[in-house]
Amino acid sequence: MRQVRDDTARERDDTARERRVTPRRRGRVPAALLIPAGLGLLFLVLPLVGLVIRVPWTTLPQRLTEPGALTALRLSVQTATLATALCLLLGVPLAWVLARVEFPGRRLVRALVTVPLVLPPVVGGVALLLVFGRRGLLGGWLDATFGITLPFTTAGVMLAESFVAMPFLVIAVEGALRAADHRYEEAAATLGASRWTAFTHVTLPLVAPGLAAGAVLCWARALGEFGATITFAGNYPGRTQTMPLAVYLALETDLESAIVLSLVLLVVSVGILVALRDRWMSSA
Amino acid sequence: MSARATRTAMAVVMALTVAGCGAGDDRATDGSGDGRVTGTVTVFAAASLTESFRRIGEDFEAANPGSAVTLNVAGSSALANQINQGAPADVFASAAPANMATVTEAGNADGTPATFARNQLVIAVPRGNPGGVTGLADLSRPGVKVARCADQVPCGAAARTALDTAGVALTPVTLEQDVRGALAKVKLGEVDAAVVYRSDVRAASADVTAVEFPESARAVNDYPIVALKDAPNPAGARAFVAYVRSEPAQAVLAEAGFQAP
Amino acid sequence: MSGALLDARLVVDRGAFRLDVPLRVAPGEVVALLGPNGAGKTTALRALAGLHPLTAGHVTLDAVDLDRPATRGWVPTERRPIGVVFQDYLLFPHLSALDNVAFGPRRHGVERRAARATAREWLTRVGLDAQAQRRPRQLSGGQAQRVALARALAVAPSLLLLDEPLAALDARTRLDTRAELHRHLSAHAGATVLVTHDPLDALALADRLVIVEGGRVVQEGDGPSVTARPRTDYVARLVGLNLYRGRADGHGVRISPDLTLTVADRLDGEAFVAFRPAAVALHPARPEGSARNTWAGTVVGVQRHGDNVRVQLDGPIGVAADVTPAAAAQLRLIPGQRVWVAVKATETHAYPATG
Repeated sequence: MRQVRDDTARERDDTARERRVTPRRRGRVPAALLIPAGLGLLFLVLPLVGLVIRVPWTTLPQRLTEPGALTALRLSVQTATLATALCLLLGVPLAWVLARVEFPGRRLVRALVTVPLVLPPVVGGVALLLVFGRRGLLGGWLDATFGITLPFTTAGVMLAESFVAMPFLVIAVEGALRAADHRYEEAAATLGASRWTAFTHVTLPLVAPGLAAGAVLCWARALGEFGATITFAGNYPGRTQTMPLAVYLALETDLESAIVLSLVLLVVSVGILVALRDRWMSSA
Repeated sequence: MSARATRTAMAVVMALTVAGCGAGDDRATDGSGDGRVTGTVTVFAAASLTESFRRIGEDFEAANPGSAVTLNVAGSSALANQINQGAPADVFASAAPANMATVTEAGNADGTPATFARNQLVIAVPRGNPGGVTGLADLSRPGVKVARCADQVPCGAAARTALDTAGVALTPVTLEQDVRGALAKVKLGEVDAAVVYRSDVRAASADVTAVEFPESARAVNDYPIVALKDAPNPAGARAFVAYVRSEPAQAVLAEAGFQAP
Repeated sequence: MSGALLDARLVVDRGAFRLDVPLRVAPGEVVALLGPNGAGKTTALRALAGLHPLTAGHVTLDAVDLDRPATRGWVPTERRPIGVVFQDYLLFPHLSALDNVAFGPRRHGVERRAARATAREWLTRVGLDAQAQRRPRQLSGGQAQRVALARALAVAPSLLLLDEPLAALDARTRLDTRAELHRHLSAHAGATVLVTHDPLDALALADRLVIVEGGRVVQEGDGPSVTARPRTDYVARLVGLNLYRGRADGHGVRISPDLTLTVADRLDGEAFVAFRPAAVALHPARPEGSARNTWAGTVVGVQRHGDNVRVQLDGPIGVAADVTPAAAAQLRLIPGQRVWVAVKATETHAYPATG
């Protein structure tokens, strides 16, 4: 609740600052927009309210301190963060190539990038097994050559989360790159910057807001990932059991426990997102 | 990737994506009156009963012209939750007494549940048995990757009991959310063995074979069935429960790998 | 011009359009590429910067081939000793003015502190020391222009390129900035090429004008010679002259079958005749007296032009005339009105069309 108040206070400051730019009063918000907007908000928020109403407040502290819950939470935050890092490492260059390099089949590649969005995550998990599993295309070779096995490991969780979350990052960053004026890169070149330096010193800072938005989406998607994770990495507490998996299994026996776990996941993720947003927005 | 692996993968994908869908709702009149059953009977059945209950449902329809059986297949606990939240079901067939208790304790059962089948654990191994698994003790051998169900679901609880009584200390690579997840990993060869029910292996493709083990007798799972109190079709519900316990239905279950109660 | 620092022949094919512009610039010289929109000026500038490869020809700077398709010689933009001031400056929005200027030196291997010192020096030189820490969006148009200039000059380029450097500024700022830009360009030891469609900018800033139309050089020379002797309608319009081409025979230049202009200069063959709009007199009836060049015309347009009124007339030749508002009122100049046009021979300037 306090957060909500802070937000409105900030908005009030913003409007005060904007006032000299737009001195005239805006007209009333049309009902044709306001009503569906309100319904949309209700639709998104009501299920959360339903969750909060059912929280067993009396047993909350003891349920929260159960070691299993905290382990799953820590693992979730860790793997989602690592997955986001991996997505940034691979996804930003991919977005750059899609936005800046003309090559035959670019439209096809762009469509392929979005495939994990439409693929049921469980199928994505099976697909990952077919490639990185021990009988998979690369899995056997990885194991024989480097001794790397990915299924049923924490690294496997990260991989599964990256697979489903990376399209969000690539799409957001590619959009930002396309919107950014590529002549800034030319200006950097005339000042002696190589294409790589121009990318790191000019392009990346220019698309920072889009990059941040993409990373947030990516992180959130990775945090909530379930299907690909349980299919590819399995479910083992402390190693591959992330929060969504713990919630799902808790549902089997104890609805209240599942609600508490969901609430924890919700509070932590929203808290982190709000904190990061403030940092990014203030620097942007 | 071999053709067989591809085929297996597709089977796994279909099993995983199709599971959980199913319940249509074309309810006609309820079968009131003179003992003849008509109308739709909606059966909430544990996922492990999918194949056998589909056949039993067809037989029931044949025996009762004018009736139609609608199956809603999911995990027993999910079904129990749905029923307690007021889902319009006539019959509940659970894979474990614990989930049945959830429903009876909420006062949603019509009468006392009856055990109609029992299921015994086996070790499912991929074709060729690459781990060389012949009994429960082999599962704790280093290098043997094992999947079992999580403790929260019936097949996991049963597996744990069996392992504990046999004194086998086992660290599985994964605790699956249901039998199908465990079997999928066997089919794809990602694990060397999974502890599952015999009926599940029977239903699975030829990529999986069952290894019996004596300790399984200590962890036999009972399948209870009950007609529901708020059944839209009470007569149909009672008739279906009776039919499941009759000779022809029991034969279908036996063929699927279940034991008689 | 043997001491050229920049020696180029810029040939770029772009679809149906072909740019073919020879260009030689001496050290310290400022050359303006002047031409209408779409003439290919910006393409020429981009070719010099290496942002657009040549189809043929060459760019040679200080005896080094930067681009020569024939020998596959190519130096990429980032390794060319150039500085560019872009039309909308393209200051990096995430960097302060100081870091924008220090960006070039840093990329040329100068250590951070030294690069900042150089940048500060340049900002001081353009009078923006106090704005060093501001972001580009906190700068006025004129300030941004000066930061862009400082940024381009901070790498001590052999070749400085400016694309419409004053076009984004309002009239008042433009006047101040133009004078200051002139000072900095004069101080620049390297070659400077500046692209503009504004003749005033070109005349104020450049030592030499190269007029480009449709991808070709149509005229070249220093300011006075180009303004005195325009060779195309475009240049004539730019410098505000009436220009006609005809055949000269002594003091008469035949412009059209029914009009021969009498001129003060004496020449033969293909010739241009130019005169200022202010040299054109309008009369309600055929004038008497010394003016030999008279003809009847029809008013097609009337506009304010400074303190005077500019009248566009149709007739044997189209002509622009500047008259005082009083004269305009007296003549009742409205479109369709017929008047007599007179130009004194001594007010005309005739010169050969060839060579």
